[in-house]
Amino acid sequence: MRIAVIVFPGSNCDRDVHHVLTDVLGVEADLVWHADGSLSGYDGVILPGGFSYGDYLRAGVIAAFSPIMREVRRMAEEGKPVLGICNGFQILVESGLLPGALMRNTGLKFVCKWVNLRVENNETLFTRRYSRGQVLQMPIAHNEGRYYIDPEGLKELKEHNQIVFRYTEPDGTPSERSNPNGSLEAIAGVCNRRGNVLGLMPHPERASEAVLSPSGSTDGLEVFRSMLDLGG
Amino acid sequence: MERVKQLRLNLTEEEVEHLRRGLGREPSDLELAIADAEWSEHCSYKSSKPLLKLLPTQGRHVILGPGYDAGVIDVGDGYVLTAHIESHNHPSAIDPYGGAATGVGGILRDILCMGTRPIALLDVLRFGSILTSSHSRWLFKHVVRGISDYGNCVGVPTVGGEVEFDESFERNCLVDVVCFGVGKRSDLVLAEARYPGDSIILVGGLTGRDGLHGSSFASAVLTEESEQERSAVQIPDPFAEKMIIEATLEALATGRVRGLKDLGGGGLSCGLSEIADKGGTGVEVDLTKVPLREEDMHPIEIMISESQERMLFVVQGGYEEEVAKIFRKYGVRYAIIGKVTDDKYVTIKRGETVLTKIRAELLANAPIIYRSAKKPEYIEQLKRVPKPNEPQDLAQTILQLISLPNIASKQWVYEQYDHEVGLRTVFKPGQTGAAVLRLPNGRFIAVRADGNSKHCYLDPYNGSAGVFAEACRNILAVGTKPIAMLDHLQFGDPSNQEVFWAFSESVRGIADYAKNLDIPCIGGKVSFYNEDRVSGKAIKPTPVIAVIGLADSLDALTSSYFDAGTRVLILGETRSELGGSEYYEGIHGLVGGVVPQVDFDYEKRLHRCVLKIINLGLAKAIEDVSKGGLAATLAELCIKSGVGLVIDLSKVPNRCERVDEILFSETHGRFIIGSERGKDDRIKRICASFNIPCETIGEVKGGKLIFEIGAREIELKVDDLERAWRSTIPRLMGDEV
Repeated sequence: MRIAVIVFPGSNCDRDVHHVLTDVLGVEADLVWHADGSLSGYDGVILPGGFSYGDYLRAGVIAAFSPIMREVRRMAEEGKPVLGICNGFQILVESGLLPGALMRNTGLKFVCKWVNLRVENNETLFTRRYSRGQVLQMPIAHNEGRYYIDPEGLKELKEHNQIVFRYTEPDGTPSERSNPNGSLEAIAGVCNRRGNVLGLMPHPERASEAVLSPSGSTDGLEVFRSMLDLGG
Repeated sequence: MERVKQLRLNLTEEEVEHLRRGLGREPSDLELAIADAEWSEHCSYKSSKPLLKLLPTQGRHVILGPGYDAGVIDVGDGYVLTAHIESHNHPSAIDPYGGAATGVGGILRDILCMGTRPIALLDVLRFGSILTSSHSRWLFKHVVRGISDYGNCVGVPTVGGEVEFDESFERNCLVDVVCFGVGKRSDLVLAEARYPGDSIILVGGLTGRDGLHGSSFASAVLTEESEQERSAVQIPDPFAEKMIIEATLEALATGRVRGLKDLGGGGLSCGLSEIADKGGTGVEVDLTKVPLREEDMHPIEIMISESQERMLFVVQGGYEEEVAKIFRKYGVRYAIIGKVTDDKYVTIKRGETVLTKIRAELLANAPIIYRSAKKPEYIEQLKRVPKPNEPQDLAQTILQLISLPNIASKQWVYEQYDHEVGLRTVFKPGQTGAAVLRLPNGRFIAVRADGNSKHCYLDPYNGSAGVFAEACRNILAVGTKPIAMLDHLQFGDPSNQEVFWAFSESVRGIADYAKNLDIPCIGGKVSFYNEDRVSGKAIKPTPVIAVIGLADSLDALTSSYFDAGTRVLILGETRSELGGSEYYEGIHGLVGGVVPQVDFDYEKRLHRCVLKIINLGLAKAIEDVSKGGLAATLAELCIKSGVGLVIDLSKVPNRCERVDEILFSETHGRFIIGSERGKDDRIKRICASFNIPCETIGEVKGGKLIFEIGAREIELKVDDLERAWRSTIPRLMGDEV
């Protein structure tokens, strides 16, 4: 198993994701510069968080036109795991690999804090190690994370079980207070119909080591373990 | 001198004479402008240098002290930590968003140009009253947003900071930023050009008219006209900065970069003369090679422009292309503008025409100004103000106190900063007083910056030493040992004798603390001319002290989480020292009284005692006592841990006459320690061996904060405390609560 972590100009969490894959999980992973063309030889790809191209124009929109995205699309079509975290989610949405849009937070401010997430779909390549309804702790850090999709699209998302994570209270109940950015139906992460492309605003790589987690939990690690299909 | 005025320069007559003598002829306009930028207070420390010599700069961990772009300390196993402190006060007062953002940008490059990756920021902010002034709310909102947008985008976490509100900052806010970097000792690089024949490459943004006279502007009092001076504030571009950071680190890895200098205050003129002076060489540059934003720029403008996101690289001759390739990869603009020479001169050319040739050493060393000092009369007068009446309902007073903007939760601020990126932040903002970061070698550092303008106004000596003590308490409370400090000294116009007196007292207080506690100064900054143009008054004296603590392992770290059943102890005696307290100023509107005094011998014993208690694993949790006194500390403890407390106030070791004094005095040298039942006696024995007063004063239980005073009780529901503490700032800033 070999994972490519794409580095766009302005990516910030590339080294963090790479650290979790290599130092925490001991798998092979490379930082791949977006202009370096090919992803052949990789079994999965991660688009990390950050501010690709400074988020100028609109978050993720310029990176969506990077040549590397053709390769990412190819891998998605081949059924290989494609994970977009935060800015990576924005890029996947802008490039049409995932439905919906990510808009400015309702509070009109950047928000960085730990939130609770409920697993809505545990049948994706990234959530198979969770149980449905399980509540996870992970941090968010974004300015444009308010998920939106039109009513028709929302219906389709639900029909195909594409809502993967929702923001909730610690006990798993949804509330206005626990929705940190005003996302429609508190959606924090969605997948494609096939379940091999996932985008989420929270940062699983920041919730992968007990020392960095206020509660000592390492809930985020399972996203990577699932993706890598690691046993144990 | 007429020419100096026509060019709108700030050089004094003596300085022009110094330049004339150094040159042996009449200086040209270009030379006057270069000297003006280089000899501004901001770049040269000409008024403060003699006093700053009081600060100790040597220590076991110190690799490089003050005088470089950043201080460097050894954190073990071949790794170094770099640290620097800066402010962007005047730009932020004019353009809060751009001023604060470019302040972050500037300090990141200071850390970067030592060859280290920036890993964390602290932001230390001061504004006028946000209770009464919409202008201050506007500044506050946009300064925070400027820091947020810039720091978040470049991917360097803002892990902590401090905010203080005081009317003296109404039109001259203080925006200080501390930055830390980490790297290998073997990869350190300095701002010097040591090898003649090396190329000088200007890297990064275009040189434009933005930021013209920035340093001179920072060294003059803000006036009505300043509002028109937005062109002296640089335009931030965090994406360009991010590309420069990555390109620079990759370029350094080639081993061909032999010198590196950030272009900040004073622009090219400062950068060039410094690398030549420090390297003992000369430099020769051609201004036609400098990429410009506007075509018709005058050589003076090119030399003193402070356009952001620019660095000077000194690259080994013959290897320019190896480095240039990396700049192209990141889309970073670069231009070879000249070379290092052996003649010790800064030579500025336009094509083949030599515009000026001036000794680097003359430029890089401004003539010192020896200022005189006079103690202001108010100092003794304000000490004697009568005590206010004790409020009837002290429960209500405690609620009011923790709602004061200076004490209330700063969640509204730190939630706007990405404090997690980089995967190093172990103790996060709001969790503990000091932020704790892990290092690549498995050790941990704690970082904290503090200031207290109210104490420093009434007593600059004890106030400044006290700020230092308070920062240290935060560092100790997480279980780390203070190993180094940085200071940022912010005052009014140094030609005012009373301002300079406060400055001298402040430096003395800091130096005495540093010497006694053996905590060396590894860097700092002086910012004068912080004055209010309308009232004509200087800001309250504001030294900001940042302290770095080190712990060898995770086991040493101590949280501030108190759970049910925990016994609560207090270390230290509470004295009637309410001058400059939040209680006097925020509740009674009273400025005056005696501020908390610092006892160096006691502090030495206290540091050793607290570390011993922690290292023996006797403390489950620790909080230090500071702003708002015991009452605010215990209220915050209840809120953060979600618990109640029952405290017997009569057990608190004190020399007070009244209950309000015990509750609200800000006496230094105190900690609250949580211990398991049975371990509190051991803690008391250790304290006794260091001659530190210590008593068990209560226990964690229930859902209320209760102070017992004989038969009387002060009782507060933790829910009510929490609502008051959390809602103040969002409410004032117009957010829904």
